[in-house]
Amino acid sequence: MRQTKQNPGQLNSMGYAPIPGSIAEFRGATKLFGEVVAADHIDLAIFKGEFLSFLGPSGCGKTTALRMLAGFETPSRGDVLIDGDRVNDMPPHRRPVNMVFQHYALFPHLNVFDNIAYGLRQRRPRPGASEIATKVERTLETVRLPGYGKRRIWEMSGGQQQRVALARALVNEPKLLLLDEPMAALDRKLRREMQIELQTLQRQLGITFVLVTHDQEEALSMSDRICLMRGGRIVQIGSPRSLYDEPASRYVADFVGKSNFFEGRLSGRSAGIGSVETRSGMLLSGRTVGDFAEGQTVAVSIRPEQCLLSQSEPGEAAAGATRIKVRIRNRIFLGEHTEYLVESGGMGEFLVHVSRQADAMSGAFEAGEEAWASWPREAAIVLENDATSEPPKKGNEHVEEK
Amino acid sequence: MRPQARNWLLLAPAGAWFLFMLVLPLVVVLVFSFGERGPAGGYVPAFTLEQYLNLPARWTAFKNTLTLAPVGTMLALLIAYPLAYFLAVRANPKWRMMLLILVIVPFWTSILIRSYAWIFILGGRGIPSLLAMVGLENVRLINTPFAVLTGIIYGYLPLMVFPIYVSLERLDKRLLEASADLGSPPWRSFMQVTLPLSIPGVATGCMLVFILLMGEFLIPAMLGGGKVFFVGNALVDLFLQSRNWAYGSAVAVALVAIMLLTVSLYMRFVRRFSDARDDVSLM
Ligand SMILES: Nc1ncnc2c1ncn2[C@@H]1O[C@H](COP(=O)(O)OP(=O)(O)OP(=O)(O)O)[C@@H](O)[C@H]1O
Ligand SMILES: [Mg+2]
Repeated sequence: MRQTKQNPGQLNSMGYAPIPGSIAEFRGATKLFGEVVAADHIDLAIFKGEFLSFLGPSGCGKTTALRMLAGFETPSRGDVLIDGDRVNDMPPHRRPVNMVFQHYALFPHLNVFDNIAYGLRQRRPRPGASEIATKVERTLETVRLPGYGKRRIWEMSGGQQQRVALARALVNEPKLLLLDEPMAALDRKLRREMQIELQTLQRQLGITFVLVTHDQEEALSMSDRICLMRGGRIVQIGSPRSLYDEPASRYVADFVGKSNFFEGRLSGRSAGIGSVETRSGMLLSGRTVGDFAEGQTVAVSIRPEQCLLSQSEPGEAAAGATRIKVRIRNRIFLGEHTEYLVESGGMGEFLVHVSRQADAMSGAFEAGEEAWASWPREAAIVLENDATSEPPKKGNEHVEEK
Repeated sequence: MRPQARNWLLLAPAGAWFLFMLVLPLVVVLVFSFGERGPAGGYVPAFTLEQYLNLPARWTAFKNTLTLAPVGTMLALLIAYPLAYFLAVRANPKWRMMLLILVIVPFWTSILIRSYAWIFILGGRGIPSLLAMVGLENVRLINTPFAVLTGIIYGYLPLMVFPIYVSLERLDKRLLEASADLGSPPWRSFMQVTLPLSIPGVATGCMLVFILLMGEFLIPAMLGGGKVFFVGNALVDLFLQSRNWAYGSAVAVALVAIMLLTVSLYMRFVRRFSDARDDVSLM
């Protein structure tokens, strides 16, 4: 895995030392809109050829970060580097990046061909007509719209318009392709198809993609790295897997995938294992992520699919495994798996996902039945108990009190 | 009620108005134009082409109308476009409404009174006297084509500004960002995106102003002083002064015919230009 903290390389002519292998960088980039801090001290290197996603809830500053790369916003403080050069004051039309806009922003007075050719025609010296035609046709094929050049924009379906927008950006062979929620307007099935296509295309072309999305599934399935944001700040950067399996805080675990959280006090820890005493006096143990003081309020996160449900008490398992008696409150069939809402006296309600196979083997549970829930110690993660809902205005240090 | 019947009902008031105030009078004028002037003026039924053959006698009025109306429209466009652009794109949204109102404020006073003001401004004791002070003697402004054009632009500017303003205001600003993103500097984005997308507004404004100018008579009467006159002035003269209704009708028919011809040619031209847009509005 690439690391964000690398030693700066050689100084370039402008006195900036780009991180080796990076195509763009944020250096303490901050953007203020009046009182609103839209981006707060962003430090990030984007590497050549990678697929990076900005993920986060609405208003967390994803679009602002992207627009600073495109040149539509100038950082109030800090720097933005592209290809090693500071580009804070470079206007958008000079930057070697292209953007796919959220609602496509296709030119309604031009047909598909002219929309795609637009970028090529802005080049000076201007390429010849035949060169433009060749490139446009080739790009139309890349986005699987061969022969659609003569069509009017409004004669294209939503999915086709999306491809035209993609082609319009790709034809310029940008160093960086920026995509602002490009699939937000598509229905679920089409979105899934486009996600796969986009990913394939990125691998094929080797262009660096930076995607903005608030859909965690989209970010998980497409990206090499995810940059999770909150209130203008970066909370965690890493591969989809590391965000899912090693979330840096409760906020991350909550935003990426589903999870159960049990709050409690850290009562002891040793060698990366923490013991947590919940309010009702139950003892849970799990891996610790981060540095905690004993007695501190923390959250233990357990993914619903890592819990097991069984009719009889599970036998002696590995050290530290948790077994509790629960009552089934509710069952929801979700296709790939079944979601059970279970309740235990000591821990309240939580979710358990049972795969179809397991469901078939152990027999489905009915509401009201009693069962045993269990999970191995590695499935439980002790996390900083940061607020999960709205981002705090200042700092992340406040602890949720329920 | 059946939808059909409802449609007819909706159209009835406008249809009746159209029939009685436009179609019937036009038919009357057409019939009159083939008649003869009575001994004491008015109209005597006849069927003769004499009035039409006599049209060249009013050539100057047609020539003035057919030059000053298009020129006035073009000049109004040249002044209105930057103004509309400023209002729609550049002006602070907080002040926009206020500025728009300022554009129409002159309309709160009668055109007659405003024309008198122009007579004074352009007349001997107005601008020419100021020019005389800096040594430019004997400059004549009033009763010239210049004076008429000034009056036309002044009077018709808001009519040109508004449709253009609307089309510019509606323009999706993200298209300009897309254009910049694709490598186009601001002035080229204007030429390639803003201008083509504001063509419907320009077309509407030009059409409105041009059609109204073809029938104009007040401004040339006031600021042209009988030296620069339009077909409208000729009609006033023929119907009210010399009471030659038959000849007046022929002149009116000729004017309507010219208008229909130019407007349909113009529409075809504009449509060729803007068939790229699905929502072209030519009113
Ligand atoms: N032009 C602007 N003027 C004032 N405030 C702005 C402007 N653009 C963004 N903001 C504010 O900055 C913050 C971040 O906005 P941004 O558009 O980056 O969020 P986002 O993460 O893209 O959200 P979404 O998922 O809803 O698109 C928000 O609080 C927003 O209100
Ligand atoms: Mg956004």
